[in-house]
This record gives sequence, C-alpha cells and structure tokens, in this order.
Amino acid sequence: MQALPFQPDQASSIARSVDHLYYFLTLITLFFTVLIFSIIFYFMIKYRRRSPNERPKAIEGNVPLEVLWTAIPTMIVAVIFVWSASLYFQNAEPPQGSMEIFVTGKQWMWKAEHPEGQREINELHVPLGRPVKLTMTSEDVIHDFFVPAFRVKKDVLPGRYTSMWFEATKLGTFHLFCAQYCGAYHAGMIGSVIVMEPDDYERWLEGSEQGVTMEAAGEKLFSENGCGNCHVSDGKGQGPSLLGVYGNPVHLSNGQTLNADDVYIRESIVSPTAKIVAGYKPVMPSFQGQLSEEQIMDLVAYVRSLGKQAGKQQEEGKK
Amino acid sequence: MSDAHAEQAAHEHIGLKHQFENLDQQQDADTLGIWLFLVTEIMFFGGAFAAYAIFRWLYFAAFEGGSHILDIRLGAANTVVLLGSSLTMALSVRSAQTGNRRALVIFLILTMILGGVFLGVKAYEYNQKFVEHIVPSLDWAPEGKVLAELAPGGLEHAQLYFFFYFAMTGLHAIHMIIGMGLLLWLVLRGRRGDFTPSYFAPVEVIGLYWHFVDIVWIFLFPLLYLIGGRY
Amino acid sequence: MSTATLEPRVKAPRNYLNAEYGWKSWLFTLDHKRIALLYMISITVFFIIGGTFAALMRIQLVEPQGALVQPETYNKLFTLHGVVMIFFFLIPSIPAVLGNFLVPLMVGARDLAFPKLNLLSWYIYIVGGIFTLYAAIAGGVDTGWTFYTPYSSTYSNTQVTAVAVGVFITGFSSILTGLNFIVTIHKMRAPGLTWFRLPLFIWAMYATSLIMILGTPVLAITVFLLALEHLFHVGIFSPALGGDPLLFQHLFWFYSHPAVYIMILPAMGVVSEIIACFSRKRIFGYKIVCFSSVAIAVLGFLVWGHHMFVTGQSVYAGLIFSLLSFLVAIPSAIKVFNWTSTLYKGSISYEAPMLYALGFIGLFTMGGLTGLFLASLATDVHLNGTYFIVAHFHYIMVGGAVMGYLGGMHFWWPKISGRKYPNGWAALAAVIIFVGFNLTFFPQFIMGYLGMPRRYAFYPSEFQVLNVMSTAGASILGVGYLIPLIYFIWSMRYGPVAESNPWGATGLEWQTPSPPPTENFAEIPVVTQEAYAYSAEEAEGHV
Repeated sequence: MQALPFQPDQASSIARSVDHLYYFLTLITLFFTVLIFSIIFYFMIKYRRRSPNERPKAIEGNVPLEVLWTAIPTMIVAVIFVWSASLYFQNAEPPQGSMEIFVTGKQWMWKAEHPEGQREINELHVPLGRPVKLTMTSEDVIHDFFVPAFRVKKDVLPGRYTSMWFEATKLGTFHLFCAQYCGAYHAGMIGSVIVMEPDDYERWLEGSEQGVTMEAAGEKLFSENGCGNCHVSDGKGQGPSLLGVYGNPVHLSNGQTLNADDVYIRESIVSPTAKIVAGYKPVMPSFQGQLSEEQIMDLVAYVRSLGKQAGKQQEEGKK
Repeated sequence: MSDAHAEQAAHEHIGLKHQFENLDQQQDADTLGIWLFLVTEIMFFGGAFAAYAIFRWLYFAAFEGGSHILDIRLGAANTVVLLGSSLTMALSVRSAQTGNRRALVIFLILTMILGGVFLGVKAYEYNQKFVEHIVPSLDWAPEGKVLAELAPGGLEHAQLYFFFYFAMTGLHAIHMIIGMGLLLWLVLRGRRGDFTPSYFAPVEVIGLYWHFVDIVWIFLFPLLYLIGGRY
Repeated sequence: MSTATLEPRVKAPRNYLNAEYGWKSWLFTLDHKRIALLYMISITVFFIIGGTFAALMRIQLVEPQGALVQPETYNKLFTLHGVVMIFFFLIPSIPAVLGNFLVPLMVGARDLAFPKLNLLSWYIYIVGGIFTLYAAIAGGVDTGWTFYTPYSSTYSNTQVTAVAVGVFITGFSSILTGLNFIVTIHKMRAPGLTWFRLPLFIWAMYATSLIMILGTPVLAITVFLLALEHLFHVGIFSPALGGDPLLFQHLFWFYSHPAVYIMILPAMGVVSEIIACFSRKRIFGYKIVCFSSVAIAVLGFLVWGHHMFVTGQSVYAGLIFSLLSFLVAIPSAIKVFNWTSTLYKGSISYEAPMLYALGFIGLFTMGGLTGLFLASLATDVHLNGTYFIVAHFHYIMVGGAVMGYLGGMHFWWPKISGRKYPNGWAALAAVIIFVGFNLTFFPQFIMGYLGMPRRYAFYPSEFQVLNVMSTAGASILGVGYLIPLIYFIWSMRYGPVAESNPWGATGLEWQTPSPPPTENFAEIPVVTQEAYAYSAEEAEGHV
C-alpha cells in the first residue's frame, strides 16, 4: 500500500506493522502537542494580566493531579514499549528456511553474493514472498544497509558479521542506502533492491553470469591455502576436523563451549589464537589481510556445507 | 568603604578569601571541592579501566603473557614506595595541623623524594621496554625469551596489552609529576610560614590528591603486573 | 517601555561593569559576572561560526546533486557544525553565561566558591576552541562529531587528533564549572536559604553540574584513546588492528547521551524562572520539579545504548535501554505539565522572555515526543541514521535549549547590562525564530521517515522539495537570530536604564541594583520566604 506521501512504499512483510506503530506514535505526539498548545493558549488568554498590581493566589500543587499525569504517560509509554519490543523481537530472528545472501560493504559500494555464485554490485535481486537473510560484513569502516521500503536496517561492521532479514511483499525497485557515515562518498553508496516474481528470479539466477557457487569457491580456497593440511577430516591433524562442525557446539581449551556459527568460523580464520579447540595447540597462522572478506564468506559457505555433509553421513550411517 | 577594606585586610591576613564568610566555610568548600575533583578522576581512569577489562576478558592469554614480562619486584617495590609517600604526606598534614613548620616541610620533601624514586623506577622500566623492543607502534619487535612468552597469546593482542600498560601507567605518571609540582609549591609556601593550625587547607587538599594517585597505582599494580598465576 | 527616547547620560553608580577599566581588568578578572560576559562573547562568536557552517550546509542541500561544495567539504562542514555547536556553544551556553552570572547572586553569595578556577575554566575553553579552529582551518575534520571508529582512527586523513585534543581540553572547562557550582550551592547559600527555597534555576544548575563532573571525564578518556589510536595505530577501536569499534561507541555515548541533558536541563531551569515571574505564581509542584531535574540527570546515565540499537548489539541490551529511555521521558513530561499548570489562574504577561519560554514548552514537547519514536525499538530500526534523528535533536537543542538561552538572556539582560531592550523588536524576533525554526526542521521529520539518510552531501531528487523548504526556513531562522544581536548591542548604549527589578520578580538577584556591584550585595541577605513568593500574602510578608 502506497498510502500517504509521507511514507515510503510498504514493500515488506513487516512494513505495515511498523507503520501502524508509527501512526500510533504520531497520534500520541499530535494529541499531546495539541493538548499542551491549546491549554497554553487558553490560559494565556483567560488569565492575561488585567491590572498591573494583580497578585494571583498561590497554588502549591496537587498531589493527585501529579500522580495522574505521571501514571498516564507511564502507561502510555509502557504500551508503546511492549508493542514495539514484541515487534522487534518477532523480527529479530530470520524464519527457518530463509534464503541467504552475503553482503559486503566497502567504501563506497555494496557487493552482494548469492549462494549460487551470482555477484552483484549496488544491486540486490530477491524473489517476492520469500524470507531473505543477509549476512554482512565491511571491508573497511562501519556502514549500514538500509532499505526504507522494507523498514529494515543494520549496521555493517568490519571484523565481524551482522545479519538482518526481510521478506519482500511487493514487486519493484526500491532504494538501498548506506545509513552510517563512512567517509567522502557516503551519499553515493546507494543502490537498489529489485524484487522479482520467484520464476523471474530463478531465470535471472540462471541467466546472469555463471559464476562458481560460493561453496565451490570456498572449497577451492580451502585447498589453495593449504587448510586441509592441518584440518584433516579424521581429526588427527594439527587442527580439528571441520566435518559436522558448523552449527554444533565446540569445546574450547579454556573450558568454554560455544556454537560454531558464521562469526566463529570467520574469527577462526582471521584471529585463530582467540579461541583454541580443546586438545589442540595454538599453531594456526592468521589469514587476516591475505583473504578478502568475500573470500572468507566463500570459505564460511564451504565449512557450512561440510556441516551438512556430516549430517547426511550420520543419517545414512544410522540407516 | 574603609570598613570593607579593613575587613578585606583582616581576611587576607588569616588566609580567608573574600567570597567566604569564615574559615570554616572556606575549609568545607575546599574539602568538598577536592573530593568532587577526585570523583572526576575516578570517572576518567574508570573509562580506561573499563576498556582494559574488556580486552583482558577477550584476550586473556595475551594479557597474561604480557604481564609475565613485567618485573614484579620493581612493581612491588614501587608500590611500597608510594604507600610510604602517602604516609609521609599524611604526616605532613598532621604537622601542619599541630603547627610544626619544620616537620611539615621535612615530610613534604620526603614525599617528593619517594615520588621521585617511583618515577625513576618507572623510567627504568620504560627504558627496559625499549631495550626489549616491546613498545607498541614505536619499537615493536619482540625476540628471544620475550617473543616466546608473548607468542602463544597472539602478538597482536600482546601489543594491545602493552599499549594499556603504557597508556595507564603513563597517565598515572603524568598525575604524579603534576603532584610533585604541587608538593614543591607547598614546600615553598610552607617554608614561608603560610600554614598555621587554623589554615592549612592547601596541604590537606593536595594530600588528598596525592593519596588518590597512590590508590590508582594500588589498582594498576595487580591489574598489570599480577595477571594469571605463576608464583 | 518607550524605545524612541534616549535616556540622558548620567553617571551610573559603581557597578561591576564600570568598577575597573582596561583589558587587564577583564582578562584577569576574578569576578564571576565579568567571567560570564567573557563567556557570552566567546560563545556568540562560536555560534556564528557554527551557524555559518549550517548555512553552507543548507545551501548545499538545495539541489539534489549538491549546490555548493564537494562531498569531502560538505562532510567537514557537518562535522565542524556539530563539534562547534555542541562543545563550544550549547554545553557552555546557559551554565557558563547565565549560571556563572546568576548562581552566586541567586544563593546570596559574593562569588562562586573558586573564582580562580572559574577564570581558568574560561581560558581552558578558549585554548580548546583554538585547537578546534586550527583544525578547521588546517584542513578540517570529516568524521562527524561522533568520531565513529575505525573511520576516525584509521581511515580519515583529516585533523582528527587536533580536534580530539581540542575537545579533551574543553571538557575540563565543563568539569571545573560544574565543580564550582556544586560546591557553591552546597556551601555558600545565604542564611535561611534552605534547599527547598532555592530557585528552580539553581536546582537545574545543580543537576547539570552532576552530569558535567560525572560524564565529561569519560569523554576525556575516550578522545584520549582515540587520539592515541590515530597517532600510533594501536588497535583499541579498530578491528584490523585487533580492536572493537563498538567499544568506542559505548564509551562515546556514555558521555554524549548525558551531555544532551547538560544542554536541556539549564534551559528548563530558565523556563521555570520565566514562567513563574510572568504568571506571578510559584511553579506548580515545585518540589516535584526539583526531583524531576535530579531524576533526569541520574536516568540520563542509563540510556546510552539507544544510540546503538542497529549496531548488532544483543536484543536484550536493546530491550533494557529502550525501557530506560522511555522512563527518562517521564520526568520531562511532568515538568511540561507543571509549567502549564502554573499558568492556571495566574496573571500572565507576554513580554519577550515569556514568548521564548512558551515557545520552549511547545517545541520541547514536540521534540521530546519524537524521542519516543526513537526509544521504540521497532521504529528506531527504520528511523536511525535518517533525517528524523536530525529533526528530533534540533527540536530539543534549538527549539529547546537555544530558545531557553535566548529567553534567559532577555529575562536577565536588564540585570546583566543595566539596560532595557525594545520589547517590540524582541517579540518580533521571537516569532520569526519560532516560525523559521519550524519551517527548517519539521520537513526533516518527513524526510526521515521517507528514508533520506543523514550526512548526505547529495541525495535522490525525490527529497528535493522538503530540502528546499528546510533551507527556506533556515534563512528565516538566521534573520531571527540576527535581530537580538543588534538590539542587545544597541541597548548597551541607547537602551533605557533598568531598575533593580524591572519585571517584579522574586529571587535574590533582583534585590540588588542593575547592574550589580562587584561584591553583589552590600550586605548578605537573610532569606525568610519560600521561593516564588508572588502571592499577595507572601509579598506583604504575611507568610
């Protein structure tokens, strides 16, 4: 719905609900502004000074009134808080089965990589009606991936991954802006999100330049950089096996246990001594500076695929 | 008008400033003032301690390695020296209180000497870091035993540890140098006979400042020198 | 008040302005009133500088491709606009000018607790300002006033260190002023002046001073670490060197959020004084307003994370900061209701100070309510980083704090200068400012929701109409600000001489001549009445 000239397109599954909250907030603002303005105007006229020596009676205060006008705003903000927080919570985690796209921001462009290997610059093609999860990092400074029509944004940080998701509900081309100041051409770091019918999207995937899938690119990097020399699949090498690692708990040498997610995989590549797997020595060199963020994302995609493979093997083993 | 002048002259004689009604009020104001200033110093160092705490939590191994390089004997000796200087400072305040001008000046000078010893040891320690090539950014090329100690935690994060070492002890040292200047000022005023049992607020105020600088070191010493177990 | 007749030149009685002459008597003064004037002139100069940057920015944004400057230059303009306006105009404004002048007078003292520290504060401010102006001339800074890393620490090649040093130094000016006020208010109140008889302006100064001394040191250590990282390339905040960019943001906002309360609380104090005087009534719920001021100061330290909702910080942290941010709005709402209720059955007159105070209430209400949109997590996700934020904070800082400052200047000008200004022109200027302000910043709310990001040197053409409206408003606003500058200067020579209490206000500052003698009071007053003793019974001393 492109309702009012004061709002962007409502092009995502959450846009409407965010707008409803916005309307409510606008109503509250309008109500109290008009209330205060009118009362002030009314008092200004009714109680204007009529003679120079007027001395009104002192009024100290009125505790019940104070309580009332403390309680009512408190209740109103409580309503807003609960409404907003639940919306925020609902939208925090991407739904199961979301399509994943990897985004890298750098001064001053956006690069997107589809798992199937399609690469885009300053454009993001997505299918209608399917949740899309963006996993993002920056190659340099902090950026922010902002699509006003979807009512979503997330900062894009160097040195780590952030993620956000959306489900496009309207066909068309929508603005993509960088919304965190990032240097000289911050204003130029803009692009488009192009929402297509699912069939058209498939056709676009096939039709565009046949790149290698991210997994395949990652596998190539894995072997080119000699990762397999230590990360032998039976776990008897210098480094732990990566089969089935992704998405599962990892036991560290300091006693902690954590879940092996994208962030952990990336950190293990650029800052390997930060967390050591129990039973292994801290001998892995850092690949920071030797691999670009996109190459790291390819490797992450590859390690993910190893996780799924191991899962399949386990299932087959059970049969 | 001459009444006001006479009043002013009387004020100056006993060290009472014109904006105060009496010495008690002035003393109260001075004391509250210095405590408030120390609160700001706590917030200032607090920010640095907070940043330190976060990185120590993130990179404990590197911080532990870096800490082991420091000479714990020198650090402990410096701690004792500073505590001693706080004692002499407190004694100088006491001397002012009891009107003992000679003792006041002697204890102030002793405090300065101990402060000087502290700074001398620190200068030696800083120099050692240059000798061992573990000065972040300016001379960072650890080798030999030092390198072996730092490598397991990650050299990059060890550099961060030494950055905090220099930044925090450096800020502390700057505060001490300022303190030494203030002590010198007190010595000169004390010798001139400016302080009496009813007026010695500057001694007290600077004493509080000196104690605070000491306390900051009491926190810095274990946080920088005593990370991890090894004794 | 006729403005056409020129008063005959009579020799004014001895007061703080004519007690001594010569530049040394001003630059080495220990008199809080003269120091207040030194600040007044300095902050006006910085306001003109910061305002010029704003004017250039608004001209640039008239055209979608940018009408005036290259993007690199625009980025320096908005950075310096922010740095100059926040650190060198807004934060000192009311405390260092009106606070310095009035705090001793209002508590019945002869000066602040530490006059030499007070003068030192001004010199520190000037040195900090010189560093910043040097940075501006020697190439500028382009990081935004927020200095986010790693752009500011490792990527920008502009004068980051110089500005960091300038801000570091100026912070101490703030700290020492706050320290001075707290000690003065605690220890130097006149006999009979208990805490709950103090004017609300003093309570506001007290709450502001608490924030100044607790928050500013954290800014100091933050810019110190930033400068070290910029100079020595150690990785505290820069991921490429092993650091954490969000650590910078936490440290930075830990000060910079309370800083906005440093900017608004004094203005609220001014408004309380003006509303009481021009309705001839005690502020409704006086004690509640006192507690609200302190509550705002305390709660203000707990909400900094609301600047970081979209950084990827934990959703639970977001929840807590959102809740607290809503709570900090409540004391402000209470104050607005209390001020409004003060007008009820009052005796209201509309001289310029009152127009500014009423304008403040209206604009602060709007600005404060738009803060709810930003405390609310789901809407902040959409609005963060857009012009909605820019509009929100300008409503509070310009519509609020600057109106409060101007209202205060108009209220106490007779006391400060011993002269009156032409009320007709003052009222006209107030209206021009109100209209120009709304035209400048209201369109920005709309721009923001439509999605126009902030800090853009050029933008998609669909936002042009709103931008042109905003620039038009800014020109009107500029004219509005010029007018008081002219008649205040004019009044110093040609304005009618002011009596001690031209407004018939309560408060100790009005019981001494205009301008006051250097020692403030011939005899320290003894206070026997509650604050704002405007009613007939109290005025006649029956209560």
